[in-house]
Amino acid sequence: MKNEWPLWEVFIRGQHGMSHRHVGSLHAPDAEMAIKNARDVYTRRNEGVSIWVVEARHIAASSPSDKGPLYEPSESKVYRHPTFFDIPEDVGAM
Amino acid sequence: MTRDQALFEFLCRMGDNTLILGHRVSEWCGHAPVLEEDIALANTALDLIGQTQLWLGLAGEVEGEGRDADKLAFHRDAWDFRNLLLVEMPNGDFGRTLMRQFLFDAWHTILLGRLMTSSEPRVAEIAEKASKEAAYHLERSADTVVSLGDGTEESHARMQAALDYLWPYVGEMFVADAVDQAMAEEGIAPDPASLRPEYDALLGRVLKEATLIIPDSHFAHKGGRDGRMHSEHLGHLLTQMQWLQRAYPDARW
Repeated sequence: MKNEWPLWEVFIRGQHGMSHRHVGSLHAPDAEMAIKNARDVYTRRNEGVSIWVVEARHIAASSPSDKGPLYEPSESKVYRHPTFFDIPEDVGAM
Repeated sequence: MTRDQALFEFLCRMGDNTLILGHRVSEWCGHAPVLEEDIALANTALDLIGQTQLWLGLAGEVEGEGRDADKLAFHRDAWDFRNLLLVEMPNGDFGRTLMRQFLFDAWHTILLGRLMTSSEPRVAEIAEKASKEAAYHLERSADTVVSLGDGTEESHARMQAALDYLWPYVGEMFVADAVDQAMAEEGIAPDPASLRPEYDALLGRVLKEATLIIPDSHFAHKGGRDGRMHSEHLGHLLTQMQWLQRAYPDARW
């Protein structure tokens, strides 16, 4: 529909030091209102310290029909997982 | 009138404004034009009801007759309410609701800013907390007034009609009586008239950007904040807001 506001994808950083995570989408007439709407829709319970919005049409996505060539080759490559090393305690969470 | 009597009146004015406007805004819940606005309006309504608990809670404390915020909200009749007429006006269309919100938010943020330096620490504390919420309300309502005012032909016409309709209810914010004089002398709250220049400057800025014309009139309906004459709308609002406590006094859940 021509009169619909564009769709925006919303990313929220929950705490300092964490990365922004996709939390959902919403409609808004422009970027400023999208941030305000995101504040009202997605941070009501104190979820965020920073908001990113991007218009959904600017997101390039992989095609589901390509999933064979894209993802299956990595299934059999167990040596790519760093599970063959003992990690010293001092390293902490990885 | 003792200091505490005047303070009680002042606190009822603050709390009744946020209570009645909060209820009005909550009437949009589930009815707003888009989901995002629906949630935003519900958030605003909840902020206002939260502020009401603080103002009316303190009012009951100052009065010292055992009434708490709920008692004051649900067990008073129309003539005991001290809210501005502006906030009891029906929602009308979405544009009128947002215009009413903007006219109130502009005044509210300026007033709360002054109350943060009140000589009464309990008033200053509430103002400090409420002012952050009010600043966001103003940002949002001002933005929407600009978008709709400077929008399509239809949205512009509706916003101008909303401003024309609500303008006569603006003047009441700035008229002082004995309560205000007592509050000003004690340094608890500013003289209402002293807020007007800042209010006019803020309104001028936003409404110009919204391409809306401020009516050339200072006529003001009065009688809300002193309880002398509320509009017929307040009674209808109260029957809805208070019916449960009226039907089942002191019911809890």
